[in-house]
Amino acid sequence: MPKTTKRPKNTTPQGNGVLKTVLPNGLTVVLRENHNAPVATFWVWYRVGSGRERTGITGISHWVEHMLFKGTAKFPGRKADQVVSREGGQWNGFTWLDFTTYFETLPAEKIDLALALEADRMVNAPFRPRDVSSERTVIISEKQGGENSPRQLLSEEVQAAAFRAHGYGHETIGHLCDLQTMTRDDLYTHYRTYYAPNNAVAVAVGAFNAQDMLRKIEKSFGKIKHGPAIAANTAVEPEQRGERRVSVDGPGTTSYIELAYHAPAAKDADFPAMVALDAILAGASSLSIFGGGTTNASSRLYKALVETELATDVGGSCIPTMDPYLYGLSATVRQGHTPQEVEAAFDREIDRIVNEPVQEAELAKALKQARASFAYGSESVTNQGFWYGWSEVFADYKWFETYLDRLAAVSVADVQRVAQKYLRRGNRVVGYYLPK
Amino acid sequence: MPLNKADIPGAHNIVRQTYPNGMIVLVKENFSSPSVVIDGLLRAGAADDPIGKEGVSAFTSHMLMRGTERRTFAQIYEEIEAVGATVDVSSGINVTSFGGKSLAEDLPLVADILADVLQHPAFPEIEMEKERGEVLTDLQERANNTRRMAGLTFRELLYPADHPYHRSVQGYPETVTVITRDELINYYRSAYGANGLIVSIVGAVKAADALRIWEDKFGNWIGAQVDRGVPPSAPRLIERREKRVDIPGKSQSDLVLGFVGPARSALDYPDARMANSILGVFGLYGRLGARVREKGGMAYYSYSQLEGGLGPGAWQAVAGVDPANVDKAIPLIQAEIKRMIETKVTPTELKDNKSYMIGSMPIGLETNDGVAGIILDMELYGLGLDYLINYPDRINAINAASVQAAAQKYLDAENFALAVAGPN
Repeated sequence: MPKTTKRPKNTTPQGNGVLKTVLPNGLTVVLRENHNAPVATFWVWYRVGSGRERTGITGISHWVEHMLFKGTAKFPGRKADQVVSREGGQWNGFTWLDFTTYFETLPAEKIDLALALEADRMVNAPFRPRDVSSERTVIISEKQGGENSPRQLLSEEVQAAAFRAHGYGHETIGHLCDLQTMTRDDLYTHYRTYYAPNNAVAVAVGAFNAQDMLRKIEKSFGKIKHGPAIAANTAVEPEQRGERRVSVDGPGTTSYIELAYHAPAAKDADFPAMVALDAILAGASSLSIFGGGTTNASSRLYKALVETELATDVGGSCIPTMDPYLYGLSATVRQGHTPQEVEAAFDREIDRIVNEPVQEAELAKALKQARASFAYGSESVTNQGFWYGWSEVFADYKWFETYLDRLAAVSVADVQRVAQKYLRRGNRVVGYYLPK
Repeated sequence: MPLNKADIPGAHNIVRQTYPNGMIVLVKENFSSPSVVIDGLLRAGAADDPIGKEGVSAFTSHMLMRGTERRTFAQIYEEIEAVGATVDVSSGINVTSFGGKSLAEDLPLVADILADVLQHPAFPEIEMEKERGEVLTDLQERANNTRRMAGLTFRELLYPADHPYHRSVQGYPETVTVITRDELINYYRSAYGANGLIVSIVGAVKAADALRIWEDKFGNWIGAQVDRGVPPSAPRLIERREKRVDIPGKSQSDLVLGFVGPARSALDYPDARMANSILGVFGLYGRLGARVREKGGMAYYSYSQLEGGLGPGAWQAVAGVDPANVDKAIPLIQAEIKRMIETKVTPTELKDNKSYMIGSMPIGLETNDGVAGIILDMELYGLGLDYLINYPDRINAINAASVQAAAQKYLDAENFALAVAGPN
């Protein structure tokens, strides 16, 4: 049995029953007991995503994620897959702008399996050339599947037009030319650089004793060596000076429109007001990774676009990120109408929220919606694990725990101020998808 | 801490109440989270759509939320969204589902709105045209969506033209265009009523309170749904039926290959479900995932699914592949189907899959949505309130021979329906 590493400091639960600590090898650990159901979830988050990928290796974070499902010496082939499933578990991996993450949700008494699996693949994935080769075509297939969607084609173009210095400008899946040419060594170098305890956050939520869980994590991960220091992502997107417009011609008979405004990062003091603004304009976002948010038929944009029969749906997207990203608005143009008409309707509503204070009742509604969404999301340990980990990546877990309080502190004036600051024509990209 | 038997939803902790108007209400208390979920259904669906009027049932279900005698569309959504709740009504083939979710304090509001939309819809003409336009735009999108077109075409190939499962629940542009308000109202009158309604309420509410709230809103609803009996059976295919739908300009093709499967209530449904799990579910998409995705590197997704349901739902293999690889992927899927039929599954596969099916129960029961859904299924399919209590025994009774028998009964490596949608 391996020797347990020296106990780290500060291991008493803080605030709302959360235990957060950093192991000597740099691994951040966040634990939260939840005894509502006999299940537990375990996540490992790596602070690397498509946002820091350079031209030539776009898509590398996501491809590395795929490679970590190809087995190790300890869990060869699909063995890991089989043992998790055999215990009735769920597992998966996700890659996005700021992170690559892996999780297992299992009956609570089986959660040790997740620790063994994640500790193993943090360092022991072999990246066999034949696996790299077969996964190359799987990923290209995944990309092709995405490109079948007109909305996807449009958002890719809008995202690219919004960024020229920051890695947020390309899709997480990467460019086809990079997927065709990246080598096994490129992938392995990325893995050895970013997959280290000092660049990772381990999160567990569920029916366990937090101190016991900490000891188990120390035992599984404590021996993994601290990796090299990781340089900060130095890319800073220059201020956009003037509206940018793009259009995508593609198959089909339906048009789509997307507006994207440069927006504040998650830690920015303006972020909660942006959340409120989004809820008022386009409806509240769900706080569950499994979707299931409320409808948005009472939102301002639904009334202005869908009720007026210009569009068949409208939605907003306000995503917490490490660096400033985009506030997105999109709509499907109804048969017989044009993206220009829909854009004009968007602009009337945007001008209104910029020029006139919102109603107190609209703010109260946004808060109540968030409160309900928070409650729904907390039924699932998997969803809680996701939020504790994600918020650690772009801020820290307290960002998530104080989310409702910060939203409650947003005033009518705050909403108008951020509307004026961010929802400017010169700060946005307007994209049309036009069927050929 | 394994799942405690006392906590598993069963006859000992589900309150089941029948009412003189024919409705059945099931309640399971759960005070570990402050939300309440309502999950219900009526025995009305697209199977009732007249020929040439496909989409009537779906259109009707959407219209319920678009205005009642007391509330406009805007009022309905303002009330629901103001409290972060959801309410929805939607039609499937054999049932119309309704439901809602809210914080416990808002359960009376959600029940009131559901009662209003189900019992007193107004079918406002202006809203009808809005809805029609949205459906037509959606159908236009469907025509350019490889996944949806492969699914739609597959059903047309698999089921005879006079079988209700042959047709689209959403309808077709030419049928949705001509549906009249009177047809919606007539459909509503014939199909909606308390008799046959089943609802499951799960969450932070005392069972007695939930029953009182529901009875107060629905106890006086009279209205008989037509007795539709069991959906018709469908013949097994004795030929290969194939169709390729050309959708130019797409990067990926979707294919669906499959068979008529068992109804949920069929005695061999658990055996078929086990076969399906081994074929295309377990781990990363079972044997199909291993062959088409892992070894072949040919697809991002390649899995199988068994619909079950009240009638003979489909059992299908689905894959999204490079258009150039479609004809390479099909024989791989056929080979895996052949292996399911000709060779017994291995003891390890059987053991692993049993363990997966039994072991995954606690995760499925973690949320109120999960519990409400399974309770509704118990009632709808006559599984009994102790279904989950007995579930491990039923799974453990499955053996390699019963799995092979199910595969042989429903699968066929040569005769099947195959739809491919993508660039030709």
